[in-house]
Amino acid sequence: MARAPPGFDVNYDVVIGLEVHAQLLTRSKMFCPCPTTFGAPPNSQTCPVCQGMPGVLPVVNRRAVEFGIRTALAFNCRVNEACRFARKHYYYPDMPKNYQISQYEEPLAEDGVLEIDLEGARRAIGIQRLHLEEDVGKLLHEGTLESAQASLVDFNRAGVALMETVSRPELGSPEEAAAYLKAFRAVLVFLGVCDGNMEEGSLRCDANVSLRPRGTAALGTKVEIKNLNSFRNVQRALEFEVRRQAQALDAGERIVQETRLWEADRGYTRAMRSKEFAHDYRYFPEPDLVPLQIDRRWVEEIRAGLPELPRARRQRFVTQYGLPPYDAEVLTQSRALADYYEATVRELAPASAGAAKASAGAGDRPKVVSNWIMSELLRVLPGDDERAIQSSPVPPRHLAGLLRLIEDATISGKIAKDVFGKMLASGEDASTIVAREGLTQVADEAVLGGIVDSVMAANPRAIEDFKRGKTVAKKSLVGQVMKATGGKANPTLVDRLLEDKLSKM
Amino acid sequence: MHQPIHELTDAYRRGELTPTAVAEAYLARIGALDGRVGAYLTVVREQALATARESEHRWRAGKPLGPLDGVPLALKDVLCTRGVRTTCGSKMLETFVPPYDATVVERLRAAGAVILGKTNMDEFAMGSSTEHSAFHPTRNPWDLARVPGGSSGGSAAAVAGGLAAGAFGSDTGGSIRQPAAFCGVVGMKPTYGRVSRYGLVALASSLDQIGPFAQDVKDAALLLGAVAGHDRRDSTSIAAPVPDYMAELTKGVAGLTLGLPDEYFIDGMDPDVERAVREAIEVLKGLGAQVERVSLPTTRHSLAAYYLILPAEASSNLARYDGVKFGLRVPGRDLVEMESRTRAAGFGAEVKRRIMLGTYALSAGYYDAYYGKAQSVRTLVRREFAAAFARVDLIVAPTTPNVAFKHGEKEDPLSMYLNDIFTIPGNLSGIPGVSVPCGFSVAGLPIGLQVLGRPLDEARVLRAAYAYEQATPWRGRRPDLT
Repeated sequence: MARAPPGFDVNYDVVIGLEVHAQLLTRSKMFCPCPTTFGAPPNSQTCPVCQGMPGVLPVVNRRAVEFGIRTALAFNCRVNEACRFARKHYYYPDMPKNYQISQYEEPLAEDGVLEIDLEGARRAIGIQRLHLEEDVGKLLHEGTLESAQASLVDFNRAGVALMETVSRPELGSPEEAAAYLKAFRAVLVFLGVCDGNMEEGSLRCDANVSLRPRGTAALGTKVEIKNLNSFRNVQRALEFEVRRQAQALDAGERIVQETRLWEADRGYTRAMRSKEFAHDYRYFPEPDLVPLQIDRRWVEEIRAGLPELPRARRQRFVTQYGLPPYDAEVLTQSRALADYYEATVRELAPASAGAAKASAGAGDRPKVVSNWIMSELLRVLPGDDERAIQSSPVPPRHLAGLLRLIEDATISGKIAKDVFGKMLASGEDASTIVAREGLTQVADEAVLGGIVDSVMAANPRAIEDFKRGKTVAKKSLVGQVMKATGGKANPTLVDRLLEDKLSKM
Repeated sequence: MHQPIHELTDAYRRGELTPTAVAEAYLARIGALDGRVGAYLTVVREQALATARESEHRWRAGKPLGPLDGVPLALKDVLCTRGVRTTCGSKMLETFVPPYDATVVERLRAAGAVILGKTNMDEFAMGSSTEHSAFHPTRNPWDLARVPGGSSGGSAAAVAGGLAAGAFGSDTGGSIRQPAAFCGVVGMKPTYGRVSRYGLVALASSLDQIGPFAQDVKDAALLLGAVAGHDRRDSTSIAAPVPDYMAELTKGVAGLTLGLPDEYFIDGMDPDVERAVREAIEVLKGLGAQVERVSLPTTRHSLAAYYLILPAEASSNLARYDGVKFGLRVPGRDLVEMESRTRAAGFGAEVKRRIMLGTYALSAGYYDAYYGKAQSVRTLVRREFAAAFARVDLIVAPTTPNVAFKHGEKEDPLSMYLNDIFTIPGNLSGIPGVSVPCGFSVAGLPIGLQVLGRPLDEARVLRAAYAYEQATPWRGRRPDLT
């Protein structure tokens, strides 16, 4: 196990396992044809099946199975030749049938691995199993849960396809757990099986934590923590829980096997139910569904269609484009963003091919593109949101166009940032904006200042003349600057710059 | 009023009868007699007449939808009917109006059938006498002091009493065949998966199957043909073509080998039943069938296995009745109290008994010993039938060990459960079976002959039943209710 993070008791090894529930991006629900759009009016996306009405029967969503297999293959899991659904029973009013159709003894896939990078070190975390199930609805309380006089149920989410993935208890620190979740999310988003939106609950995480005396083999008593709805919360909750358990163990107390709820606002975990009151889910094979036989050829088809996964792509960005690892990581947080980056680099290259090395403005193109995306595009768009990136008002072609204007010194980097802002607002390409607003002139003080300086340096005679009161000498210098900028310089600005510089001499 | 469906539609075709007149006559008879029989829970008079009128237009135009167009049918109140309350014989669903039709109902409507109403049943199909309806018991038209059998007793009594031309029920452990035998009508449980269960309120999902009650075998074939076949909404329904049952019907039994299982003639069974069944077998021999003894030794474990699998699945299927979404709600101070009170008030004693049994059987630590073991027995039963059917084409046996008993006679649940001892193996193995009338007891009560077949071999099962029926005088014997 990894070392304990700073501030933690060095006497214990931390053992963490994560269970992640991901809502699959299927158009219809797991067992009925209802749509799955988030945020629709309550109970508008329901039918007798997902309301659990008497007499209804489930039918497996083929696409959900495909997404499950796709994910399983990405994690190098063994996709079982046959799998089976099972009923998991517990009473809760957001669950229409008071049982959830899930998978138990015969899951879709088992025994995979997810590689994570933490502080430059690579670790392979085992994935125990991956299975499919249906989501539950949502309760809306009038007031707080404790004081509400009535509660309302919205079944829109009931029956939405969920994929549960259980890691092996191989995560050695809260930090590592957060890294796992990030890497996990990136894979799912890359595969297009989940939008990864933790705020909307598309991705939910529960953790199992236990401590054991450093160097011992037997696992300690585990505590399950629920309600970890962001990367930050995963880490904070686990840090709290590790400290809590360490303190208890130090004090000679026994850890109670229980489920605890993370209270994000208050920053602590509190007991929900202990093992003594744990549910007996009374699993049994779902008799309304026949065992699912997974066709090998189908699995191979899905495998053949797998995209390059985030980790591989990140490594390629470093080797192919010479990007720093940090840039590569930021740019591969979603498939859309990585695609955006590569498309921009591609767009930029051919137009000024050959001139690339020669042009002083070109510099290290892949890094320039990375800088622009990280500092400008991601300032306004969330990089992990596939849809936001895909529908960016500045498409890769436009960004490349803008960078080309900088390269050929049509505009300065500073002006380009203003232009980028306008491109974002209007969706127009850079040259349209630059032409309309007269920005083709070199109206950039910094650029012009440099040219003025070099013109002055090259014409000491004119400066001497000027100092001696020959004001016409300035006009000759203005002409020289205009010549140097191919007539693009803004004459008023050149005049003022010369005036300033000459007066300071 | 005791005209079989195939004769009724012949009369429509010839213009001698009209669907409207027939529907009106049935409704009038229900109005006059059902107070004594109690076959129906709900009668949909206006809807029935409206459907009959539409049918009448089609017959007049010479364009009927098929052999069920304008035929008045009754449906067990476990089949969901859009806009018509579906109670399952329970207080829990007394006011439940489904927003959708069961696939079977959809297919019957598409065939032009006139649905007269919903029939009484043991609550949630748990029972063998229709005494355990939360509303009222149903009486056997042959002797009103006796039960019609169950759980589909309302449908059986409706057909026997001339209160419907045909009916549908569900059979989980004999709930079609046993009441058919008790009421002297034909009742068929098809192969598991032959008829879609979509819209059938589940008792035990792996055992339930919908099937017809009919005045004769030909009608049973007609009714089955109208509803059988794959349904995308039921993943357990079988995607095999549906044969033309009517065309197969008249092929006779000559050359068929019938198996006679030793285990279906037991100590304590009614001698009248044994006599009638043995005579029926002689009749079949006389028609050219070979008869062989077969052994199905696991039969004696079937009841035990059944009473683990059924309650286990039922306890799960009935979990949804909690007062939150539909049906009964008894208010409470909080959620748990509301749910507990609702379930306490909504379910009858037999339902509660089975929920408790099933919950126990599925509990951690008991699963393997109970549910797991029962599934193993089920596998053995299935294998035994498969082995028997490797030697014989059909199995013939009594449907029940006894004739209809008196109301209140079987207070002890176990003696009630024993009623299904000959029908349960058919559900455990999923094979098709029919009960066809084969005579009467000394006291004048009907007796049923059960014919069981290979999976999806309904055609041969019906063919043997038809051959027997045509050779004997029982067809058309009806009780006098007036």
